[in-house]
Amino acid sequence: MATATGVYHSTYTADLALRHTRSEHARLAIVAIALVILPFLATPYWLTVVNQIGIAAIGAIGLNILVGYTGQISLGQGGFLAVGAYTSGLLVGDLGLPFPLAMVGAVLMTALVGAFFGLPALRLKGLYLAIATLAAQFVIIWVVRNWDVVTGGTAALAVPAGELFGWTVRGDFTWYWIITGCAAVAALAATNLFRTGLGRAFVAIRDQDIAAEVIGVDPLRHKVLAFAISSGFVGLAGALTAHYRLIVTWERFTLEVSILYLAMIIVGGLGSVAGSIYGAAFMILLPAWIQQLGQSVGGTFPALSRNLPAVQQAAFGLVIILFLVFEPRGLARIWQRMKDYIRLWPFRY
Amino acid sequence: MPLPALRAGEVRPTDGSRAHVVSRAYQHDLNGSGLERGAVQVEVDAVHLHFGGVVAIEEVSLEVRQGDIHAIIGPNGAGKTSLLNCMSGLYRPQRGAIRLHRGDGDPVDLTTTRPSRSARLGVARSFQNIELFRHMTVLENLLLGRHVHMRHRLAASLAWFGPARRQEIEHRDLVEEVIDLLEIPALRKLPVGALAYGLQKRVELGRALCMQPAVLLLDEPMAGMNAEEKEDMARFVLDVNELAGVTTVLIEHDMGVVMDVSHQVSVLDFGRCLVTGEPDVVRSDERVIKAYLGAGSEPMGAGT
Ligand SMILES: Nc1ncnc2c1ncn2[C@@H]1O[C@H](COP(=O)(O)OP(=O)(O)O)[C@@H](O)[C@H]1O
Ligand SMILES: [Mg+2]
Repeated sequence: MATATGVYHSTYTADLALRHTRSEHARLAIVAIALVILPFLATPYWLTVVNQIGIAAIGAIGLNILVGYTGQISLGQGGFLAVGAYTSGLLVGDLGLPFPLAMVGAVLMTALVGAFFGLPALRLKGLYLAIATLAAQFVIIWVVRNWDVVTGGTAALAVPAGELFGWTVRGDFTWYWIITGCAAVAALAATNLFRTGLGRAFVAIRDQDIAAEVIGVDPLRHKVLAFAISSGFVGLAGALTAHYRLIVTWERFTLEVSILYLAMIIVGGLGSVAGSIYGAAFMILLPAWIQQLGQSVGGTFPALSRNLPAVQQAAFGLVIILFLVFEPRGLARIWQRMKDYIRLWPFRY
Repeated sequence: MPLPALRAGEVRPTDGSRAHVVSRAYQHDLNGSGLERGAVQVEVDAVHLHFGGVVAIEEVSLEVRQGDIHAIIGPNGAGKTSLLNCMSGLYRPQRGAIRLHRGDGDPVDLTTTRPSRSARLGVARSFQNIELFRHMTVLENLLLGRHVHMRHRLAASLAWFGPARRQEIEHRDLVEEVIDLLEIPALRKLPVGALAYGLQKRVELGRALCMQPAVLLLDEPMAGMNAEEKEDMARFVLDVNELAGVTTVLIEHDMGVVMDVSHQVSVLDFGRCLVTGEPDVVRSDERVIKAYLGAGSEPMGAGT
């Protein structure tokens, strides 16, 4: 069994491939087929949940590029999502751009804003940087709320439904394909980034910033670039939210959202693209599960269903703490261990 | 004395420990200097560095010639590491200049460049306390040594197929030669953090070598090693110099090794450079014996 004894390659090209064994290819095929079948089987409720997961996954991948891979911290995620959502919504609503073009605009705009708020990273590290990015969060939301003429201020911004070649793009089913497609492209792009020299330079800064400089990685350029790339992904997530929900309000982009996304990548696995997706799924599904649980046991424990939001928050906190203590490398690591176990079965060491 | 570079298959006829056969012909020139052998590569000119009241380097001047192994010795706290830090742009001396000569164009003053720029100019180094990227594999660490030689384009990186992949393969080729030279092919895919100390030191040397440096700065590459590891490392330092012709500045405490491998030796003491010269000359220098080993000690290198 080739898989049990090791994988050998005779060319660098083969060695550089993402997947090496037949079982890896098979797994990818199964995931792809499942994603194709899923929207036909899912109830409308679950389809919205899956769509939310897809969008969150893109945002989490973006945040993970910055936090997990480059070792910078950001509490500005909510703000950057807002930039993406408002930019895309306004480009369609006010300028009448087709929505795919508007989404590209949103990605670029958010990347620019992210790069700007990433400038403090040149001087600040750890907690200090966290506070500086917290400023990004508050400044962006403040601008959104006070720049009434453009953003509509505290009122909700209505986004016209996307149109393409005279066809109106709406509905969970249609958006499932767009969101899933975007998520797949985002995941692939991020994976690619980290198998090239550029991505390695980011990881180098995370692992050992002095050594990174000494081998020629310009910290200024790369930190700002990491903020820009990360924010680009986050901007895409924001733009998708705007066109999928057709309504943008500042309340969806508060500090809580920033923290929720940090939780996603901690639970999923820092420095892992797959982990970002697992984490996004987990953190979106958790409240849904708790809600269902509350409904099913609500008759027996009325106190539980009355205090559902509090229970959800407590569960959030608990999950994060449990992961930090017991598996800081997240769901991605747990999944990896399971795979290794299965791969070696029945030969255990 | 500089020895001529070895070619593949040649054996150096000498005292056993140094003799070996080169296993393959190397395609890539790891020496990034554009200068002739023996030309002045680095010129340290009256460098002075202090931290508050502590003087780390006091008016140090020395020249490192292309193709040499130039040892810097001296007791702890003499300022050896500080001098390397000045060369790689990590410390900024208050006075003096460190000129890096290049084949084309004017020399560059390394005391005014940022570390990443020094690297780009061809200054590579290892650290006294290993500074590797612990969570990455040996291969990734070595590929990072290629950073300054790669073109980093975002769109290409995100897309992978095309220029990005071509570049990875292209640079992998040189990295594989370094892996071969340092005899670490089995470690390629292992995370560096999991390696033994001696091997980590070797990987760090490899990472610096992948930069195709004009000058290679090694800060105590053999410190904390057992005799066998030390011998290996000494052999690699020699190989790098003899096979690849890489100019090396070597900080080392083991006098046996220093006297064996180096072409030139500079002695630092309390931030001052006492003497620079060939090992035999330095070994018998009165000031060195007095300052470095204390009066009445045996001459350096005796008995090792
Ligand atoms: N970053 C620093 N801050 C303060 N003092 C320093 C620093 N780096 C080196 N020194 C001082 O400079 C002197 C020389 O140190 P160093 O260059 O590390 O010596 P060596 O490498 O020869 O053992 C020592 O007295 C040391 O305390
Ligand atoms: Mg030192």
